[in-house]
Parts: sequence; C-alpha cells; structure tokens
Amino acid sequence: MANRWKNDLKDCDVTPEAAFLNRRQLMAGAAAGIGLAGIGSTARAETLEPNDWEDITSYNNYYEFGTGKDDPARYAHTLVTKPWTVKIDGMVDHPGDYAFDDIMAMMTVEERLYRFRCVEAWSMVVPWNGFELADLLAMAGVQSGAKYIAFETANRPDEMPGVRYPVLDWPYVEGLRIDEAMHPLTIMATGIYGKDIPNQNGAPLRLVVPWKYGFKSIKSIVRITATDKQPPTSWNKANASEYGFYSNVNPKVDHRRWSQATERRIGGGLFTKRQDTLMFNGYANEVAGIYAGMDLRKNF
Amino acid sequence: MGPIDGVNAAARRMPAWPLYIIGVLPAIWLVWLGATGGLGAEPIKALERGLGEKALQLLVLVLAITPLRRFVGLNLLKFRRAIGLLVFIYAALHLLVWLVLDVQIPAQIWADIVKRPYVTIGFTGFLLLVPLAMTSNNWSVRRLGPKWRQLHRLTYVAAALGGVHYIWLVKGIQIEPLAYMAVILGLLALRKRGAPRKQAG
Repeated sequence: MANRWKNDLKDCDVTPEAAFLNRRQLMAGAAAGIGLAGIGSTARAETLEPNDWEDITSYNNYYEFGTGKDDPARYAHTLVTKPWTVKIDGMVDHPGDYAFDDIMAMMTVEERLYRFRCVEAWSMVVPWNGFELADLLAMAGVQSGAKYIAFETANRPDEMPGVRYPVLDWPYVEGLRIDEAMHPLTIMATGIYGKDIPNQNGAPLRLVVPWKYGFKSIKSIVRITATDKQPPTSWNKANASEYGFYSNVNPKVDHRRWSQATERRIGGGLFTKRQDTLMFNGYANEVAGIYAGMDLRKNF
Repeated sequence: MGPIDGVNAAARRMPAWPLYIIGVLPAIWLVWLGATGGLGAEPIKALERGLGEKALQLLVLVLAITPLRRFVGLNLLKFRRAIGLLVFIYAALHLLVWLVLDVQIPAQIWADIVKRPYVTIGFTGFLLLVPLAMTSNNWSVRRLGPKWRQLHRLTYVAAALGGVHYIWLVKGIQIEPLAYMAVILGLLALRKRGAPRKQAG
C-alpha cells in the first residue's frame, strides 16, 4: 500500500483528529517499511484504517448493560464514573485506593492504533488513548514474587441493568500473566479518538491487550491485584472448554462453536468480505516470544 | 355473542391470502434497513438474527393455533397454512443470509454444518421444514390423507430444534432463547393433555 501513505505532516495547527490521521499514516508507513525489510507483515499496513467513532461506540459487548450489541450504547449512561477509585492490592509495595484523577496525573497518555478482534469473529481498528499498564504497575511497586495481575469490573446493580441477570458470575474478572501485563503493547485505555472513553467502551479506564480476544480487555476497572496464583477469569468460569485463560487470537485454534480462521471488519455494510485472522491478531513479532515453547493448542 | 365468537366470526369472513403479503413485509423491511445502514455497525448478523427470530416467533404462533382452539375456543385454523409457510420463508432467508453474506466461504459452510452442533441442529430443523412446505397445498392434503397429519407433526421436532439452536448459539446464559424454548415446550405439552383423538394435530 505504498501509494496510500504520504507524509503530509506540517508545522501548523491541526485539529486533534487530523493530528491522529497524520500519525496513523506515519505508523502505516513505518509498518510498511518494516514489511519491506522482511521483518513485519505488510498486512498490518493495509488494515490499520480506524473504524469511525460511531461504529466503535455503538457496537459493543458489555453484558453488564445487556447482551444486545446496542444495549451498552443505550444503557451505559447510567454508570457513574466520576468520582472513580481503583483499588490496587495484593503483592504490591504501595497498595491503596487510587482516585482516577490521581492516576491520570501520574501517567503519560499516548495514542495507540490497535486492531481489536472479538472472539465472535468480528473486528475493528480502534485509535485508543491510554497509558502503559506497566507504568501503573511500576507506580504501585509490584513485588518480585507476583506472577499474575487480576482485574475486576465494577458491579453495580443500580447502574448496570445487565448484572441483574446471571449471564455471567458477576463481577466480571480477568487476568494476565505478569509478562503479558508488563508488555509495552498492553495499555489501560482512557480515551478514543482523543476524547474521554465513553461508558459503553469501559469508562473511565479499561484494559486493552490487542493480541488477545476482546473479552480479555476488561472494562471499567475498579480493582487490580498482583498475585502469585493464576486468577479466575469470567468467561473461563462460564465455559472452560470454550474460553481459555490465555485467549490469544489464534486462527488455527477454533472456538468450540465457531471457526476463528477468518473475521469480518465492522463498518463495511451488508456485503463485507471476510478476511484472514492473523496470528496474535497481527502482533506476532511483538508477543510470540513470550509464549515460546508453550503448546498454544492446550493453552488456548 | 362473546368476544371469542366475535373474533371467530371475523376470522371466518377474512381471507387468508393477505397474510402472505403482510407476513413478508418485515423481511423486506429488515433487508431495506440492512442495505441503508439502519441495522447498525454490523448489519449482516443483525439481519441474520432478525430473520431467525421471526421464524421462531411464527413457529410459536403455528404451535399456538391448536391449543387456542382447544382451550380458548379461538379458531384461527384457516390461517395456519399461511403462517406455516411464512415460517419456512423466514427460515430459508435466515439460512440464505448465513450462507451468502455471513460465512461466504463454501468449504467453511459445510465444515460448520458438520462440525458446529448449533449449526447442525439449525440446519436439520430447516431440512424438516422443507417437506412440510412442499406438502402445504390442498392436493397434498388429499393425496396423503391421514399420513399428511403424521408428516406435519415434524413441526414439533423443528420447533424444538429451533429452540435448541437459539440457546446454543448465544454466549453465556441468556434469558431470551430460554424464554422461547419454554414457550415452545409449553405449547407442545398442551397437546398431550386430554386431547380428544379427532382433534389431535
């Protein structure tokens, strides 16, 4: 896709979204360059066209607000995100209840344009704003004995109509191995397209792990725990044969009820063609190393 | 004359054929919405789901006709053929959207039918509807005689398969598919209880 990229960065004032587009072109160009050098895949340059705000904020899986894709956009406004406190505990040097604003004052927010692949075989490309989880964990002082990081979503029946139904065992919980949590690709997202992240996308802060199926990227986090035991994860608890702890995007390991070989990009309308799903969602160069020697069929 | 008799009298005067036209309007509406951006960011799944749900709703309606007559005295029997054929039309459209717009890849279509239990079950349910749709004409009713009634009991199996198909395809424990299944099983159970032989079916 050499023709699509042209460097039109200028030293003049630009609107935030235009700045974003410029940056994307830079990234796409850089990725294409890597591809030519034989290191990266060119597919990444071709697919990094972000979905528009409407798609990203209207088609969501957030079962705390209902199981329909449009339920979160319809009902999530009731979630009170200000004030917001994140409890950081477990094997950390500085446990405590951290106010969201205090966390933000300490963190450096940057833009990350990531592929997002749902286990249901649809995908998007999302321009997140957020900070690296590693920075937050460093701030909390994760101890050397910690092997996993556990996460928990808010569980508020008054504000979340979906938790009145036993679709899952509430609250929603997730977990990462420590090296996954510390990986530079792993972020806590607090915005999309430079705006505050909407409630339906997991306000005020959510995990984004771009090489894993979307359900690993837990939303509206109220608790982060460093632990030496593999923490329980919601979908694994609900159906262990279908959802593993790792849940890395892997076109060769099918979900029990459907194939994961292909995916459909959201936003293309009624006649969207399926496209091949990439190993680790296209982030194999960055993350394949941390799973070296592991049987990914067994540890799905 | 009670309200039920009034409805029965009105139903007697009403022809059944407009049901076919009214019945396919929602399908046309769904396709129109899908083509014009009215079904949200992912219109293929929305269309597929919408058509499948309509098929299931119409199946429930078909199954309700006999109990309604037996227990409420409401006689809508003359509309059953039209509603039954609409079940087939919606199930066929649902399958078609799945084949052409959703899965797309022929090799994967067959793999899904064989390997994915919820697809196998849904597809089997559809296959059962085919002979029913083909014999839903006066000639077949005359020709098959008592066998026609036996054959059309496949509706019960198809309905149960449709219910299982829905429960099995969703993630987690969801209320809606379970509610459909409960209604379908309830309507089937009503047929077992104290039915005079001549009214069975």
